[in-house]
Amino acid sequence: MIIETKQEARHTIAVLVDNEAGVLARVIGLFSGRGYNIESLTVAEVNPRNKLSRITIVTIGTPMIIEQIKAQLRRLVPVRKVSDLTAEGPYVERELALVKLKGTGEARREALQIAGIFRARVVDSTNESFVFEIVGHSGKLDAFVNLMRPVGLVDVSRAGVVAIARGSEPL
Amino acid sequence: MTQGQLNGSQILLKALTDQGVDVVFGYPGGVVLPLYDELFKQEAVRHVLVRHEQGAIHAAEGYARSTGRVGVLLVTSGPGATNTVTGLTDALLDSTPIVCLTGQVPTDLIGNDAFQEADTTGITRACTKHNYLVKDVNRLSYTLHEAFHVARSGRPGPVLVDLPKDILTAVGEYLSPHEVQHKSYYPQTKGDPSAIAEVIHLMVNAKKPLFYCGGGVINSGLSAVEKLMQLVHNTGFPVTLTLMGLGAVPASDYHYLGMVGMHGTYEANMAMHDCDLMLCVGARFDDRVTGKVSAFSPNSQKVHIDIDPSSINKNVVVDIPIIGDVSNVLEEILRQWEALIHKPNRSLLTPWWNQIEAWRSLQCLRFETTDNVIKPQRVIRSLYEATRGRDVYVCTEVGQHQMWTAQHFGFDQPRRWMTSGGLGTMGFGLPAAIGVQVAHPHSLVIDIAGEASIMMNLQEMATAIQHRLPVKVFIINNRYMGMVRQWQELLYGGRYSESYSATLPDFTKLADAFGWTGLHVDKATALDEAIRTALDIPGPVIVDVVVDSSENCFPMIPAGAAHNEILLEPAKDAGKALGSEEGMVLI
Ligand SMILES: Cc1ncc(C[n+]2csc(CCOP(=O)(O)OP(=O)(O)O)c2C)c(N)n1
Ligand SMILES: [Mg+2]
Repeated sequence: MIIETKQEARHTIAVLVDNEAGVLARVIGLFSGRGYNIESLTVAEVNPRNKLSRITIVTIGTPMIIEQIKAQLRRLVPVRKVSDLTAEGPYVERELALVKLKGTGEARREALQIAGIFRARVVDSTNESFVFEIVGHSGKLDAFVNLMRPVGLVDVSRAGVVAIARGSEPL
Repeated sequence: MTQGQLNGSQILLKALTDQGVDVVFGYPGGVVLPLYDELFKQEAVRHVLVRHEQGAIHAAEGYARSTGRVGVLLVTSGPGATNTVTGLTDALLDSTPIVCLTGQVPTDLIGNDAFQEADTTGITRACTKHNYLVKDVNRLSYTLHEAFHVARSGRPGPVLVDLPKDILTAVGEYLSPHEVQHKSYYPQTKGDPSAIAEVIHLMVNAKKPLFYCGGGVINSGLSAVEKLMQLVHNTGFPVTLTLMGLGAVPASDYHYLGMVGMHGTYEANMAMHDCDLMLCVGARFDDRVTGKVSAFSPNSQKVHIDIDPSSINKNVVVDIPIIGDVSNVLEEILRQWEALIHKPNRSLLTPWWNQIEAWRSLQCLRFETTDNVIKPQRVIRSLYEATRGRDVYVCTEVGQHQMWTAQHFGFDQPRRWMTSGGLGTMGFGLPAAIGVQVAHPHSLVIDIAGEASIMMNLQEMATAIQHRLPVKVFIINNRYMGMVRQWQELLYGGRYSESYSATLPDFTKLADAFGWTGLHVDKATALDEAIRTALDIPGPVIVDVVVDSSENCFPMIPAGAAHNEILLEPAKDAGKALGSEEGMVLI
């Protein structure tokens, strides 16, 4: 049973869909049409043989809204499976970001030092710039980006959250 | 063309016949000409030419709602497709199974802003249950069969198939329905037996139980209706119905408390408020039913039986949700109830029924009778009495006349009542009546209309003549958009902004112009005679019934109020009762 609380929580939801034209528009349209939040949304084909794609959605809502989101997703014809990873047990969640810094001298050294602490890799560099690649929990990426801001951050590109349940069971 | 191969238009017609479709409502245009050419060469599928694509979709809805089968329409690209959007939304909200076939510009022109191109699947994504753009003729039959499957399975709804012109002429393979395996769409139809056992436990112990049933019972089929009746009789529980559910229980049955909701009966709404067990069957706790959610039926345990999981806990949190087809679930409830060793003593319900009788004795639907001016409620009552025992179907438009019909016309069978509930679409009734009459050529089909609503799809009068459809339209002519006027009277200080039906046509002359019969009546003493005359005329008839222009529709639960704040008549302090901020927002 659902507890009637107005307390909002962050949920990561994995959705397996037929990879057909318009399927992403259906999912996004559902969220915008019904006024649900999207914190992050990623999609890519994961099973080329059966033409299945996996969408990972991070959303925020009350328990009632989260239940609605899942029920509404399941109602879409091309949706095969919906799994609320947050509710259903332990899972791992990762995000990747590319972070560009501009600077010389002291700032460069400091940037490299922070990158070392966060285990970010340098994937491009010029005399006056770096591009770092960093992988981790979204919170870690937030922290990295915030620390880089005063040392010359000029551009950020984030992939959005991907997630998968721990253990041997597939979605 | 090798053997076994057909062109797209032939595939489409074959798919329609294999799906049991005998009639499509439609309107031609450039990109669907190949299909119209194929239609011309065959007899299996009848085409009913409408006069506006909105008419086609409401007619298909009328056809579907009165038969339980999928309604089909066929329109051209661009404006043809966009003209169906209101009807698609209407069918989505009222869970009506529709397959809408739209033409599209040829595949290689899509995206070019070609003549009469519209992004039809994009536009209709939010107002269909599902939609398809067919890009390969070899996928056409599969897609069509799946479209019918999706439209009629689970919670029914409208499905659109967009057909580029080149697909209609290309040659390809045809698959019959049994060769098609659907990928993913299989709604759950069997209810969880252990949850049902819990429901039985609540039913046994309930002192103030109530069935609250909706259109889902009717959509589930005749067996669901029969089982509900059995269950009501075997338990002795009272039952109320939503606007969409009227006819699911005979209006004449003792256990029936009348309609629930904003313009429902006093006894139904009070029972909703006071019950200790609410058994919701195939209804969705719509805001016109619940009123203020925070004050909704505060002391009841709630059971919700629905085939659509997204209807559960959407507006109101329930104690026991049961996902499944109403017919299956009611069958299991009946089985477990009948298997009880100790059935609860019926006399336990006596205090509850006494309370209900006390509410009933207020006769909340009473209205004044007059010799002169015609009361609108009288028209509905007289129509009901004049058609009792006849094979009659009733459609309405939207407004006060719709609510009066829901209150005063007693439906004893399902699928006899076609109204636009969820969307409240003015202009629904006349084309819907046309669709009903196509499905039931020998039955009496009535559209009860408002003088404002009828103007919205008037062109369909020509359709009725062309296809010899003797529908009877009764215009409850109060010279106002009455429902708007009522709100303005109660909430906006009687400032009747733009709600007067100015420059109305002479409806009898209009009838003449279209080849209908037109009658006019404005005296209460002449009403019954006019009704009898109209019903005896073999062709289509408009009866312009001039009624009291100031009558308001009661009972009324003001938007944003609770069930027990129901008004039986314009309260002295109506402004206060009705004028809450929450209420104003909800209008
Ligand atoms: C397409 C559409 N436009 C506007 C409305 C808002 N509306 C609801 S009832 C109503 C008045 C209907 O007037 P009439 O058909 O004369 O019926 P009455 O209420 O007078 O019986 C209006 C404008 C609507 N429901 N549908
Ligand atoms: Mg009117």
